[in-house]
Amino acid sequence: MKNVKKIILYTVVVLLAVITFLPFLWMISASFMHPGESSAYPPRLFPSDFTLMHYKDLFTRLNLTTYLLNSLVISLGVTFFSLFLNSMAGYAFAKYRFAGKKKIFSLLLSSMIIPGQVTMLPVFLLLKSLGLINTYWAIIIPGMASIFGIFLIRQFAMGIPDSLIEAAKIDGAGDTEVYLRIILPLCRPILLTLGIFTFMGTWNDFLWPLIVMTDSSKYTMPVALANLMGEHVQDTELMMAGSVLTILPVVLVFLALQKYYIKGIMMGSVKG
Amino acid sequence: MSFTDFDIYALGNLSYLRFVGLRNYLRLLEDPLFWTSVKNTFYFVLAGGPLSVAVSLSAALLLNTKLIKFKGLFRVTYFLPVVTTLVAVAVIWRFIYHPRFGIINYVLGLIGLTPIDWLGDPAFSMPALILMAVWKNFGYNMIIFIAGLQNIPEDLYEAADIEGASAWQQFWSITIPQLAPTTLFISVITMIGYFQLFAEPYVMTQGGPLSSTLSVVLYMYQEGFRWWNIGYSTSIAFMLFLLILIGTVIQFRLQKDTE
Repeated sequence: MKNVKKIILYTVVVLLAVITFLPFLWMISASFMHPGESSAYPPRLFPSDFTLMHYKDLFTRLNLTTYLLNSLVISLGVTFFSLFLNSMAGYAFAKYRFAGKKKIFSLLLSSMIIPGQVTMLPVFLLLKSLGLINTYWAIIIPGMASIFGIFLIRQFAMGIPDSLIEAAKIDGAGDTEVYLRIILPLCRPILLTLGIFTFMGTWNDFLWPLIVMTDSSKYTMPVALANLMGEHVQDTELMMAGSVLTILPVVLVFLALQKYYIKGIMMGSVKG
Repeated sequence: MSFTDFDIYALGNLSYLRFVGLRNYLRLLEDPLFWTSVKNTFYFVLAGGPLSVAVSLSAALLLNTKLIKFKGLFRVTYFLPVVTTLVAVAVIWRFIYHPRFGIINYVLGLIGLTPIDWLGDPAFSMPALILMAVWKNFGYNMIIFIAGLQNIPEDLYEAADIEGASAWQQFWSITIPQLAPTTLFISVITMIGYFQLFAEPYVMTQGGPLSSTLSVVLYMYQEGFRWWNIGYSTSIAFMLFLLILIGTVIQFRLQKDTE
Protein backbone atom coordinates (compact mmCIF):
# COMPACT_ATOMS: atom_id res chain seq x y z
CA MET A 1 0.00 0.00 0.00
CA LYS A 2 2.76 2.40 0.96
CA ASN A 3 4.68 1.52 -2.18
CA VAL A 4 1.71 2.19 -4.44
CA LYS A 5 1.26 5.53 -2.77
CA LYS A 6 4.91 6.28 -3.25
CA ILE A 7 4.79 5.46 -6.95
CA ILE A 8 1.75 7.67 -7.49
CA LEU A 9 3.33 10.54 -5.60
CA TYR A 10 6.57 10.26 -7.54
CA THR A 11 4.71 10.13 -10.84
CA VAL A 12 2.87 13.35 -10.02
CA VAL A 13 5.98 15.12 -8.75
CA VAL A 14 8.05 14.11 -11.76
CA LEU A 15 5.27 14.98 -14.17
CA LEU A 16 4.97 18.43 -12.65
CA ALA A 17 8.74 18.86 -12.91
CA VAL A 18 8.61 17.86 -16.58
CA ILE A 19 5.83 20.36 -17.28
CA THR A 20 7.79 23.08 -15.51
CA PHE A 21 11.01 22.31 -17.27
CA LEU A 22 9.86 21.36 -20.76
CA PRO A 23 9.44 24.93 -22.05
CA PHE A 24 13.01 25.73 -21.00
CA LEU A 25 14.36 22.56 -22.53
CA TRP A 26 12.59 23.32 -25.77
CA MET A 27 13.87 26.90 -25.72
CA ILE A 28 17.48 25.80 -25.29
CA SER A 29 17.24 23.07 -27.88
CA ALA A 30 15.43 25.22 -30.47
CA SER A 31 18.05 27.93 -30.09
CA PHE A 32 20.60 25.51 -31.58
CA MET A 33 18.44 24.46 -34.52
CA HIS A 34 18.77 25.62 -38.10
CA PRO A 35 16.18 28.17 -39.26
CA GLY A 36 12.76 26.61 -39.70
CA GLU A 37 13.61 23.35 -38.04
CA SER A 38 11.54 24.06 -34.93
CA SER A 39 8.45 24.53 -37.09
CA ALA A 40 7.93 20.87 -37.81
CA TYR A 41 5.17 18.43 -37.20
CA PRO A 42 5.48 16.51 -34.97
CA PRO A 43 7.52 19.04 -32.89
CA ARG A 44 11.18 18.13 -32.52
CA LEU A 45 12.71 18.13 -29.10
CA PHE A 46 16.34 18.03 -30.16
CA PRO A 47 18.25 19.67 -33.02
CA SER A 48 19.32 17.31 -35.80
CA ASP A 49 22.35 19.42 -36.48
CA PHE A 50 23.80 21.65 -33.79
CA THR A 51 24.40 25.27 -34.86
CA LEU A 52 25.53 28.44 -33.09
CA MET A 53 24.49 30.73 -35.94
CA HIS A 54 21.66 32.43 -34.03
CA TYR A 55 23.90 33.36 -31.15
CA LYS A 56 26.46 34.69 -33.61
CA ASP A 57 23.71 36.63 -35.35
CA LEU A 58 22.50 38.18 -32.14
CA PHE A 59 25.93 39.38 -31.12
CA THR A 60 27.13 40.60 -34.51
CA ARG A 61 24.13 41.85 -36.42
CA LEU A 62 21.64 42.63 -33.68
CA ASN A 63 23.73 44.53 -31.10
CA LEU A 64 23.00 42.14 -28.32
CA THR A 65 26.21 43.09 -26.52
CA THR A 66 24.85 46.63 -26.06
CA TYR A 67 21.59 45.40 -24.54
CA LEU A 68 23.34 42.93 -22.27
CA LEU A 69 25.65 45.69 -21.06
CA ASN A 70 22.72 48.08 -20.54
CA SER A 71 20.89 45.51 -18.48
CA LEU A 72 23.99 44.67 -16.49
CA VAL A 73 24.97 48.27 -15.71
CA ILE A 74 21.42 49.23 -14.77
CA SER A 75 20.79 46.16 -12.62
CA LEU A 76 24.10 46.47 -10.80
CA GLY A 77 23.61 50.22 -10.41
CA VAL A 78 20.16 49.85 -8.91
CA THR A 79 21.40 47.08 -6.63
CA PHE A 80 24.36 49.10 -5.40
CA PHE A 81 22.49 52.34 -4.72
CA SER A 82 19.46 50.67 -3.23
CA LEU A 83 21.55 48.58 -0.82
CA PHE A 84 23.38 51.71 0.24
CA LEU A 85 20.30 53.88 0.78
CA ASN A 86 17.96 51.20 2.10
CA SER A 87 20.50 50.03 4.65
CA MET A 88 20.94 53.58 5.95
CA ALA A 89 17.20 54.20 6.10
CA GLY A 90 16.48 50.79 7.60
CA TYR A 91 19.16 51.27 10.23
CA ALA A 92 17.80 54.72 11.08
CA PHE A 93 14.27 53.37 11.48
CA ALA A 94 15.55 50.54 13.64
CA LYS A 95 17.93 52.32 15.99
CA TYR A 96 17.55 56.08 15.92
CA ARG A 97 14.98 58.06 17.83
CA PHE A 98 13.45 60.96 15.97
CA ALA A 99 10.18 62.84 15.89
CA GLY A 100 7.38 61.15 13.95
CA LYS A 101 9.39 57.96 13.35
CA LYS A 102 6.47 55.61 13.88
CA LYS A 103 4.12 57.74 11.81
CA ILE A 104 6.51 58.02 8.90
CA PHE A 105 7.18 54.31 8.96
CA SER A 106 3.54 53.28 8.98
CA LEU A 107 2.84 55.83 6.25
CA LEU A 108 5.57 54.17 4.17
CA LEU A 109 4.15 50.72 4.82
CA SER A 110 0.61 51.67 3.93
CA SER A 111 1.78 53.30 0.69
CA MET A 112 3.08 49.88 -0.37
CA ILE A 113 -0.43 48.94 -1.43
CA ILE A 114 -0.45 51.64 -4.13
CA PRO A 115 0.46 49.92 -7.37
CA GLY A 116 3.55 51.19 -9.16
CA GLN A 117 1.54 52.14 -12.22
CA VAL A 118 -0.15 55.00 -10.37
CA THR A 119 3.11 56.84 -9.84
CA MET A 120 4.55 55.92 -13.21
CA LEU A 121 3.27 58.89 -15.19
CA PRO A 122 4.22 61.55 -12.63
CA VAL A 123 7.68 60.04 -12.22
CA PHE A 124 8.07 59.88 -15.98
CA LEU A 125 7.25 63.59 -16.34
CA LEU A 126 9.58 64.45 -13.49
CA LEU A 127 12.44 62.57 -15.11
CA LYS A 128 11.61 64.14 -18.43
CA SER A 129 11.82 67.64 -17.00
CA LEU A 130 15.20 66.71 -15.54
CA GLY A 131 16.32 65.53 -18.98
CA LEU A 132 17.01 62.01 -17.74
CA ILE A 133 14.83 60.05 -20.13
CA ASN A 134 16.96 57.66 -22.20
CA THR A 135 19.72 57.60 -19.63
CA TYR A 136 20.56 54.84 -17.17
CA TRP A 137 19.51 57.21 -14.37
CA ALA A 138 15.89 57.01 -15.50
CA ILE A 139 15.82 53.47 -14.16
CA ILE A 140 18.39 53.74 -11.41
CA ILE A 141 16.95 56.78 -9.61
CA PRO A 142 13.38 55.47 -9.17
CA GLY A 143 14.82 52.12 -8.08
CA MET A 144 17.22 53.54 -5.54
CA ALA A 145 15.02 53.25 -2.48
CA SER A 146 12.31 50.71 -1.93
CA ILE A 147 9.93 50.48 0.99
CA PHE A 148 10.21 46.71 0.97
CA GLY A 149 13.99 47.04 1.26
CA ILE A 150 13.84 49.54 4.10
CA PHE A 151 11.39 47.28 5.88
CA LEU A 152 13.52 44.17 5.43
CA ILE A 153 16.65 45.88 6.75
CA ARG A 154 14.83 47.53 9.65
CA GLN A 155 13.49 44.15 10.81
CA PHE A 156 16.98 42.72 10.68
CA ALA A 157 18.77 45.70 12.24
CA MET A 158 16.36 45.72 15.17
CA GLY A 159 17.92 42.42 16.20
CA ILE A 160 21.36 43.99 16.57
CA PRO A 161 21.99 44.60 20.29
CA ASP A 162 22.14 48.25 21.34
CA SER A 163 25.10 47.47 23.59
CA LEU A 164 27.29 46.90 20.53
CA ILE A 165 26.52 50.33 19.17
CA GLU A 166 26.95 51.99 22.56
CA ALA A 167 30.26 50.25 23.16
CA ALA A 168 31.53 51.51 19.82
CA LYS A 169 30.38 55.05 20.63
CA ILE A 170 32.19 54.94 23.98
CA ASP A 171 35.29 53.91 22.09
CA GLY A 172 34.92 57.13 20.12
CA ALA A 173 33.26 55.91 16.91
CA GLY A 174 31.03 58.42 15.11
CA ASP A 175 27.71 57.67 13.44
CA THR A 176 29.35 57.01 10.09
CA GLU A 177 31.86 54.64 11.62
CA VAL A 178 29.18 52.72 13.51
CA TYR A 179 27.22 52.33 10.28
CA LEU A 180 30.18 51.29 8.16
CA ARG A 181 32.09 49.13 10.63
CA ILE A 182 29.33 47.56 12.73
CA ILE A 183 25.93 47.73 11.05
CA LEU A 184 26.91 46.91 7.49
CA PRO A 185 29.04 43.83 8.32
CA LEU A 186 26.37 42.50 10.66
CA CYS A 187 23.66 43.01 8.06
CA ARG A 188 25.55 41.06 5.42
CA PRO A 189 23.06 38.17 5.08
CA ILE A 190 20.06 40.45 4.69
CA LEU A 191 21.96 42.72 2.31
CA LEU A 192 22.74 39.70 0.18
CA THR A 193 19.08 38.67 0.16
CA LEU A 194 17.91 42.16 -0.73
CA GLY A 195 20.66 42.45 -3.32
CA ILE A 196 19.50 39.35 -5.20
CA PHE A 197 15.90 40.50 -5.10
CA THR A 198 16.81 43.91 -6.42
CA PHE A 199 19.13 42.60 -9.12
CA MET A 200 16.61 40.09 -10.44
CA GLY A 201 13.70 42.47 -10.14
CA THR A 202 15.52 45.13 -12.13
CA TRP A 203 16.79 42.69 -14.73
CA ASN A 204 13.35 41.22 -15.31
CA ASP A 205 11.41 44.48 -15.21
CA PHE A 206 9.73 45.31 -18.46
CA LEU A 207 7.13 48.10 -18.25
CA TRP A 208 9.35 50.82 -16.77
CA PRO A 209 12.35 50.36 -19.11
CA LEU A 210 9.91 50.17 -21.99
CA ILE A 211 8.57 53.59 -21.01
CA VAL A 212 11.76 55.48 -20.24
CA MET A 213 14.13 53.94 -22.79
CA THR A 214 12.76 55.08 -26.13
CA ASP A 215 16.12 55.09 -27.89
CA SER A 216 16.99 51.61 -29.09
CA SER A 217 20.65 51.90 -28.06
CA LYS A 218 19.46 52.13 -24.42
CA TYR A 219 17.14 49.09 -24.47
CA THR A 220 17.46 46.53 -21.71
CA MET A 221 17.35 42.83 -22.56
CA PRO A 222 13.60 42.29 -22.04
CA VAL A 223 12.72 45.40 -24.05
CA ALA A 224 15.14 44.42 -26.80
CA LEU A 225 13.68 40.93 -26.87
CA ALA A 226 10.12 42.20 -27.12
CA ASN A 227 11.22 44.51 -29.90
CA LEU A 228 13.03 41.70 -31.70
CA MET A 229 9.85 39.69 -31.44
CA GLY A 230 8.06 42.38 -33.43
CA GLU A 231 10.61 42.29 -36.25
CA HIS A 232 11.60 38.63 -36.38
CA VAL A 233 8.40 36.90 -35.44
CA GLN A 234 9.03 34.13 -37.95
CA ASP A 235 12.57 33.36 -36.79
CA THR A 236 11.63 31.05 -33.96
CA GLU A 237 15.15 29.76 -33.47
CA LEU A 238 16.62 33.25 -33.28
CA MET A 239 14.01 34.30 -30.73
CA MET A 240 14.80 31.27 -28.61
CA ALA A 241 18.50 32.13 -28.61
CA GLY A 242 17.57 35.64 -27.50
CA SER A 243 15.39 34.22 -24.73
CA VAL A 244 18.20 31.97 -23.52
CA LEU A 245 20.52 34.96 -23.21
CA THR A 246 17.87 37.04 -21.43
CA ILE A 247 17.12 34.34 -18.89
CA LEU A 248 20.61 32.96 -18.34
CA PRO A 249 22.06 35.67 -16.05
CA VAL A 250 19.15 35.66 -13.61
CA VAL A 251 18.99 31.89 -13.53
CA LEU A 252 22.71 31.70 -12.76
CA VAL A 253 22.40 34.27 -9.97
CA PHE A 254 19.44 32.39 -8.57
CA LEU A 255 21.12 28.99 -8.66
CA ALA A 256 24.26 30.38 -7.03
CA LEU A 257 22.45 32.21 -4.24
CA GLN A 258 19.11 30.41 -3.96
CA LYS A 259 19.39 29.95 -0.20
CA TYR A 260 19.35 33.70 0.38
CA TYR A 261 16.61 34.23 -2.17
CA ILE A 262 14.25 31.72 -0.63
CA LYS A 263 14.98 33.08 2.83
CA GLY A 264 13.93 36.48 1.56
CA ILE A 265 10.56 35.18 0.40
CA MET A 266 9.93 33.64 3.79
CA MET A 267 10.89 36.84 5.64
CA GLY A 268 8.71 38.97 3.44
CA SER A 269 5.77 36.65 3.92
CA VAL A 270 6.04 35.97 7.63
CA LYS A 271 6.47 39.58 8.63
CA GLY A 272 4.68 41.28 5.79
CA MET B 1 -2.85 65.07 -12.99
CA SER B 2 -5.90 62.91 -13.54
CA PHE B 3 -7.96 66.11 -13.29
CA THR B 4 -6.20 67.71 -16.27
CA ASP B 5 -6.24 67.22 -20.03
CA PHE B 6 -2.49 66.56 -20.02
CA ASP B 7 -1.63 65.41 -23.57
CA ILE B 8 1.13 65.61 -26.15
CA TYR B 9 0.69 69.37 -26.58
CA ALA B 10 0.99 69.96 -22.86
CA LEU B 11 4.06 67.75 -22.87
CA GLY B 12 5.71 70.25 -25.21
CA ASN B 13 4.44 73.35 -23.48
CA LEU B 14 2.90 73.24 -20.04
CA SER B 15 0.75 76.33 -20.67
CA TYR B 16 -1.58 74.17 -22.77
CA LEU B 17 -2.51 72.29 -19.66
CA ARG B 18 -6.10 72.72 -18.59
CA PHE B 19 -7.95 71.70 -15.49
CA VAL B 20 -10.90 69.53 -16.47
CA GLY B 21 -12.22 68.44 -13.10
CA LEU B 22 -13.83 65.04 -13.16
CA ARG B 23 -14.20 64.91 -16.93
CA ASN B 24 -11.55 62.19 -17.37
CA TYR B 25 -13.41 59.96 -14.96
CA LEU B 26 -16.75 60.61 -16.59
CA ARG B 27 -15.24 59.78 -19.97
CA LEU B 28 -13.79 56.63 -18.45
CA LEU B 29 -17.20 55.45 -17.27
CA GLU B 30 -18.53 55.76 -20.81
CA ASP B 31 -15.48 54.24 -22.49
CA PRO B 32 -16.37 50.71 -23.68
CA LEU B 33 -12.67 49.81 -24.06
CA PHE B 34 -12.05 50.66 -20.42
CA TRP B 35 -14.88 48.38 -19.33
CA THR B 36 -13.56 45.63 -21.58
CA SER B 37 -10.16 45.97 -19.95
CA VAL B 38 -11.73 45.84 -16.48
CA LYS B 39 -13.74 42.78 -17.44
CA ASN B 40 -10.68 41.02 -18.87
CA THR B 41 -8.59 41.87 -15.82
CA PHE B 42 -11.28 40.49 -13.53
CA TYR B 43 -11.42 37.35 -15.66
CA PHE B 44 -7.69 36.96 -15.27
CA VAL B 45 -7.74 37.64 -11.52
CA LEU B 46 -10.82 35.55 -10.66
CA ALA B 47 -9.93 32.53 -12.77
CA GLY B 48 -6.15 32.69 -12.56
CA GLY B 49 -5.82 33.66 -8.89
CA PRO B 50 -7.65 30.70 -7.30
CA LEU B 51 -6.14 28.30 -9.84
CA SER B 52 -2.67 29.55 -9.03
CA VAL B 53 -3.26 29.26 -5.27
CA ALA B 54 -4.65 25.73 -5.70
CA VAL B 55 -1.70 24.56 -7.80
CA SER B 56 0.78 26.12 -5.35
CA LEU B 57 -0.89 24.44 -2.40
CA SER B 58 -0.95 21.06 -4.16
CA ALA B 59 2.71 21.35 -5.06
CA ALA B 60 3.57 22.36 -1.49
CA LEU B 61 1.62 19.41 -0.08
CA LEU B 62 3.37 17.06 -2.51
CA LEU B 63 6.81 18.29 -1.55
CA ASN B 64 5.93 18.19 2.13
CA THR B 65 5.15 14.46 2.29
CA LYS B 66 7.79 12.31 3.87
CA LEU B 67 7.69 9.76 1.08
CA ILE B 68 9.40 11.99 -1.47
CA LYS B 69 13.16 12.31 -1.76
CA PHE B 70 15.20 14.87 -3.72
CA LYS B 71 12.87 17.58 -2.42
CA GLY B 72 15.48 20.27 -2.96
CA LEU B 73 15.84 19.39 -6.62
CA PHE B 74 12.11 19.42 -7.28
CA ARG B 75 11.71 22.66 -5.36
CA VAL B 76 14.33 24.39 -7.46
CA THR B 77 12.79 23.05 -10.67
CA TYR B 78 9.32 24.26 -9.72
CA PHE B 79 10.79 27.58 -8.74
CA LEU B 80 12.76 28.18 -11.92
CA PRO B 81 9.95 29.86 -13.89
CA VAL B 82 9.52 32.41 -11.10
CA VAL B 83 12.98 33.90 -11.48
CA THR B 84 13.01 33.97 -15.26
CA THR B 85 12.20 37.03 -17.30
CA LEU B 86 8.52 37.33 -18.10
CA VAL B 87 9.16 38.65 -21.60
CA ALA B 88 11.35 35.67 -22.49
CA VAL B 89 8.77 33.31 -21.03
CA ALA B 90 6.06 34.97 -23.10
CA VAL B 91 8.20 34.58 -26.21
CA ILE B 92 8.66 30.87 -25.52
CA TRP B 93 4.99 30.29 -24.79
CA ARG B 94 3.94 32.04 -27.96
CA PHE B 95 5.56 29.18 -29.82
CA ILE B 96 4.28 26.55 -27.43
CA TYR B 97 0.80 27.83 -28.26
CA HIS B 98 1.52 27.88 -32.00
CA PRO B 99 -1.62 26.56 -33.73
CA ARG B 100 0.30 24.27 -36.12
CA PHE B 101 3.69 23.51 -34.61
CA GLY B 102 3.15 24.12 -30.89
CA ILE B 103 3.72 21.37 -28.37
CA ILE B 104 0.33 21.84 -26.68
CA ASN B 105 -1.67 21.26 -29.81
CA TYR B 106 0.55 18.29 -30.60
CA VAL B 107 -0.33 16.73 -27.25
CA LEU B 108 -4.00 17.55 -27.82
CA GLY B 109 -3.70 15.83 -31.19
CA LEU B 110 -2.24 12.74 -29.56
CA ILE B 111 -5.30 12.34 -27.37
CA GLY B 112 -7.55 12.91 -30.34
CA LEU B 113 -8.61 16.51 -29.78
CA THR B 114 -8.77 19.12 -32.52
CA PRO B 115 -6.06 21.78 -32.44
CA ILE B 116 -6.90 25.10 -30.82
CA ASP B 117 -5.80 28.49 -32.06
CA TRP B 118 -4.84 29.51 -28.53
CA LEU B 119 -3.81 33.10 -29.09
CA GLY B 120 -5.93 33.77 -32.15
CA ASP B 121 -9.32 32.77 -30.82
CA PRO B 122 -10.92 35.30 -28.41
CA ALA B 123 -12.44 32.43 -26.43
CA PHE B 124 -9.06 30.83 -25.74
CA SER B 125 -6.68 33.78 -25.57
CA MET B 126 -7.35 34.58 -21.92
CA PRO B 127 -7.25 30.94 -20.75
CA ALA B 128 -3.93 30.67 -22.58
CA LEU B 129 -2.53 33.66 -20.67
CA ILE B 130 -3.87 32.28 -17.39
CA LEU B 131 -2.27 28.89 -17.98
CA MET B 132 1.07 30.51 -18.65
CA ALA B 133 0.82 32.83 -15.65
CA VAL B 134 0.03 29.93 -13.33
CA TRP B 135 2.97 27.98 -14.73
CA LYS B 136 5.24 30.94 -14.12
CA ASN B 137 4.07 31.90 -10.63
CA PHE B 138 3.06 28.82 -8.69
CA GLY B 139 6.59 28.18 -7.40
CA TYR B 140 6.66 31.42 -5.46
CA ASN B 141 3.50 30.73 -3.49
CA MET B 142 4.56 27.11 -3.11
CA ILE B 143 7.61 28.19 -1.10
CA ILE B 144 5.43 30.27 1.22
CA PHE B 145 2.96 27.40 1.60
CA ILE B 146 5.77 24.98 2.47
CA ALA B 147 6.92 27.37 5.19
CA GLY B 148 3.34 27.55 6.46
CA LEU B 149 2.95 23.75 6.40
CA GLN B 150 6.12 23.29 8.39
CA ASN B 151 4.77 25.58 11.08
CA ILE B 152 1.78 23.32 11.75
CA PRO B 153 2.53 21.38 14.94
CA GLU B 154 3.13 17.69 14.22
CA ASP B 155 1.14 16.51 17.26
CA LEU B 156 -2.12 17.76 15.71
CA TYR B 157 -1.74 15.10 13.02
CA GLU B 158 -0.63 12.49 15.52
CA ALA B 159 -3.71 13.10 17.62
CA ALA B 160 -5.90 12.87 14.51
CA ASP B 161 -4.22 9.59 13.57
CA ILE B 162 -5.05 8.14 16.96
CA GLU B 163 -8.66 9.25 16.58
CA GLY B 164 -8.73 7.46 13.26
CA ALA B 165 -9.21 10.50 10.98
CA SER B 166 -8.52 9.84 7.30
CA ALA B 167 -5.93 11.82 5.36
CA TRP B 168 -8.74 13.71 3.64
CA GLN B 169 -10.39 14.62 6.97
CA GLN B 170 -7.03 15.71 8.35
CA PHE B 171 -6.50 17.94 5.35
CA TRP B 172 -9.82 19.73 5.78
CA SER B 173 -9.88 20.02 9.56
CA ILE B 174 -6.19 20.57 10.35
CA THR B 175 -4.22 21.71 7.32
CA ILE B 176 -6.69 24.18 5.82
CA PRO B 177 -7.60 26.01 9.07
CA GLN B 178 -4.00 26.09 10.24
CA LEU B 179 -2.90 27.51 6.90
CA ALA B 180 -5.58 30.21 6.86
CA PRO B 181 -3.26 33.17 7.59
CA THR B 182 -0.77 31.96 4.96
CA THR B 183 -3.56 31.48 2.45
CA LEU B 184 -4.89 34.97 3.07
CA PHE B 185 -1.45 36.48 2.55
CA ILE B 186 -0.91 34.49 -0.63
CA SER B 187 -4.35 35.31 -2.00
CA VAL B 188 -3.80 39.01 -1.43
CA ILE B 189 -0.37 39.22 -3.03
CA THR B 190 -1.43 36.99 -5.92
CA MET B 191 -4.48 39.13 -6.52
CA ILE B 192 -2.49 42.37 -6.43
CA GLY B 193 0.05 40.92 -8.82
CA TYR B 194 -2.58 39.58 -11.21
CA PHE B 195 -4.42 42.91 -11.30
CA GLN B 196 -1.24 44.37 -12.79
CA LEU B 197 -1.28 42.05 -15.80
CA PHE B 198 0.74 43.68 -18.54
CA ALA B 199 3.76 42.00 -20.14
CA GLU B 200 1.95 38.77 -21.07
CA PRO B 201 -0.65 40.41 -23.32
CA TYR B 202 1.84 43.04 -24.49
CA VAL B 203 4.24 40.47 -25.88
CA MET B 204 1.87 37.67 -26.83
CA THR B 205 -1.31 39.24 -28.11
CA GLN B 206 -1.02 43.05 -28.00
CA GLY B 207 -4.39 42.95 -26.24
CA GLY B 208 -6.07 41.10 -29.08
CA PRO B 209 -7.76 39.24 -30.62
CA LEU B 210 -10.75 41.57 -30.53
CA SER B 211 -9.49 43.17 -27.29
CA SER B 212 -10.04 39.85 -25.52
CA THR B 213 -6.78 40.20 -23.58
CA LEU B 214 -6.68 43.98 -23.15
CA SER B 215 -5.86 44.49 -19.46
CA VAL B 216 -6.24 47.66 -17.42
CA VAL B 217 -2.49 48.28 -17.25
CA LEU B 218 -2.08 47.60 -20.96
CA TYR B 219 -4.87 50.08 -21.70
CA MET B 220 -3.23 52.60 -19.39
CA TYR B 221 0.07 52.10 -21.20
CA GLN B 222 -1.51 52.50 -24.63
CA GLU B 223 -3.40 55.66 -23.68
CA GLY B 224 -0.48 57.19 -21.81
CA PHE B 225 2.59 56.22 -23.76
CA ARG B 226 1.34 55.46 -27.22
CA TRP B 227 -1.22 58.25 -27.61
CA TRP B 228 0.20 60.52 -24.88
CA ASN B 229 -3.20 61.09 -23.27
CA ILE B 230 -1.42 61.41 -19.98
CA GLY B 231 -4.27 62.95 -17.98
CA TYR B 232 -6.66 60.25 -19.11
CA SER B 233 -4.09 57.52 -18.54
CA THR B 234 -3.51 58.72 -14.97
CA SER B 235 -7.20 58.39 -14.26
CA ILE B 236 -7.04 54.77 -15.48
CA ALA B 237 -4.10 54.13 -13.15
CA PHE B 238 -6.07 55.58 -10.28
CA MET B 239 -9.03 53.34 -11.05
CA LEU B 240 -6.66 50.37 -10.96
CA PHE B 241 -5.58 51.42 -7.50
CA LEU B 242 -9.21 51.60 -6.38
CA LEU B 243 -9.91 48.14 -7.80
CA ILE B 244 -6.94 46.66 -5.95
CA LEU B 245 -7.90 48.42 -2.74
CA ILE B 246 -11.49 47.14 -2.93
CA GLY B 247 -10.26 43.64 -3.76
CA THR B 248 -7.93 43.61 -0.77
CA VAL B 249 -10.62 44.83 1.62
CA ILE B 250 -13.03 42.16 0.35
CA GLN B 251 -10.43 39.44 0.91
CA PHE B 252 -9.81 40.54 4.48
CA ARG B 253 -13.56 40.66 5.12
CA LEU B 254 -14.08 37.17 3.73
CA GLN B 255 -11.30 35.89 5.91
CA LYS B 256 -12.87 37.46 9.01
CA ASP B 257 -16.29 36.01 8.19
CA THR B 258 -14.99 32.48 7.90
CA GLU B 259 -13.19 32.69 11.22
